[in-house]
Amino acid sequence: MTLQYEKKIQVDHLTKVFLKNRERVMALEDINFSIRDGEFVCILGPSGCGKTTLLRILAGLEKPSSGDYNIEVNGSERPLQSMVFQEQGVIPWMTVEENVALGLRMRHAPKKLIKERTNLYLEKVGLTKYKNLFPKELSGGMKQRVSIARAFANDPEILLMDEPFAALDEQNKFILQEELLSIWEETKKTVIFITHSIDEAILLSDRIFLMTSQPGTIKEEVKIDLPRPRQMTQVRSDPNTADVFLKIWNHLQDEVQESRNQS
Amino acid sequence: MEELKKAVEVEQQDFKRKQRSKRIKQVLTISSPVFMLLIWEILSQTAIIDPRFFPPPTTIIETLISMSASGELFEHVKVSLTRILFGFLMGVIPAITLGLIMGMYSSIRHFFSPLIMALMPIPTLAMLPIILIIFGIGEFSKMVTIAASVFFPVVINTVAGVMNIDKVYSDVAKNYGANPKDFFMKIALPGAMPVMMEGIQMGQAIALLTIVAAEMIGANSGIGYVIWMNYKAFLISEMFVGLILISFFGYLFSLLLRGLQSKLIPWK
Ligand SMILES: Nc1ncnc2c1ncn2[C@@H]1O[C@H](COP(=O)(O)OP(=O)(O)OP(=O)(O)O)[C@@H](O)[C@H]1O
Ligand SMILES: [Mg+2]
Repeated sequence: MTLQYEKKIQVDHLTKVFLKNRERVMALEDINFSIRDGEFVCILGPSGCGKTTLLRILAGLEKPSSGDYNIEVNGSERPLQSMVFQEQGVIPWMTVEENVALGLRMRHAPKKLIKERTNLYLEKVGLTKYKNLFPKELSGGMKQRVSIARAFANDPEILLMDEPFAALDEQNKFILQEELLSIWEETKKTVIFITHSIDEAILLSDRIFLMTSQPGTIKEEVKIDLPRPRQMTQVRSDPNTADVFLKIWNHLQDEVQESRNQS
Repeated sequence: MEELKKAVEVEQQDFKRKQRSKRIKQVLTISSPVFMLLIWEILSQTAIIDPRFFPPPTTIIETLISMSASGELFEHVKVSLTRILFGFLMGVIPAITLGLIMGMYSSIRHFFSPLIMALMPIPTLAMLPIILIIFGIGEFSKMVTIAASVFFPVVINTVAGVMNIDKVYSDVAKNYGANPKDFFMKIALPGAMPVMMEGIQMGQAIALLTIVAAEMIGANSGIGYVIWMNYKAFLISEMFVGLILISFFGYLFSLLLRGLQSKLIPWK
């Protein structure tokens, strides 16, 4: 055992500028961070501060204007990353099963492996019964489960999750959060998770990055040292979390105020 | 318990009511053509409309039976259907392929769009002389005529279908490592399918119009030819038989396509 942690994601001086009808939007400015293997990091920030943009760059869907990033590969044939999209992106013409198998099918993995892995994650998110349905027949929470199972079944080096629970009601959110945590603890994946909910960030994270808006920068990071496995009730009752909550809340309050004043 | 029983009863009543109204609608759907044929029969029998030009339906049906008996009518139908089938496929397959590629790659779309927009307004029948010059007067030129008329609505709808696919699905496909072939088969094709099928429905209707007109102008076989020759010979019931056959096949094709549509798009 070495004490030195293994670095998984390294981001250096990442900047992204969008040009919209001659107007420049500084979406990200000089983003720097490194995340170690198996870490769970949440990103919190006001709407429009560039969270999705950052994830899309890491997902290879957008090119940075300058700076660069690196995702460490552990030699295997794993895909680099899988993204859970803010808009879910469950494909309507594929059944639940086909959606979960998407990444494996696109990589032309052996049939047996596809079947095994798909069934495993369908089971984990409790959708085995629904695997032959089309997404139109699912509720919002079930669709969200499909997109999470799809990302995990792909077994990527890192997971990028863009507000996966934002559209859910509280009860469903709790259930899925705990499911996510238990899958994460089993798989030891590195996760970057975007959210607007401070509670959610504290429950899930090892570290929280707080972002400012326009230009989007990482202003601060907060370590969450609560013991794992965590449960919402337990996190809520911990006296330290109240302080953390307040600190983050004040930060966001300032940022939202700031961006209001700007526009 | 009582509550539940009542609720179930209400639902059952509702279900029955819906069934009844469905049956009434079905009866209505059948009754309008039957009603029309009936009026036609009466007007023609009583000579209120001239039976020389509008022979009563019963006479037309008798003619249909006697024409079928000789086997010649069957030959004409077979010829027309063969032309439609092959012409249709010759138009639809390239149209879908080109449409998907145009939808996926904007440079190709920009290259082909003006060409398609310029050619589309020309009625295929106006191109018939050119088609005859290039392909001769054989079967192939008739199929080409149909193919040309089917091609445009299908290609335009296919492009629209691909453009209509929500961007998040192509992002998902990209993120999950789809290569161009997989993207084509698993995202573009099924995603464009609903709008594309509407184009194919349209194409089918146009194919029928075109073949009959083409057979009336330049052919010595087929349903269109049957109509035209019998008109010239003043065999009006025989001419009506041709019209009825066209109406029958038009209806049959659109039913078949609708069935195919619900098979191909089970997710809608
Ligand atoms: N493709 C694009 N073209 C132009 N501008 C863009 C594009 N994508 C994002 N932007 C701009 O970049 C900024 C950051 O957008 P982004 O979607 O990353 O925000 P976000 O933090 O994810 O917001 P939210 O919390 O509402 O999802 C916004 O001002 C947005 O208008
Ligand atoms: Mg976003």
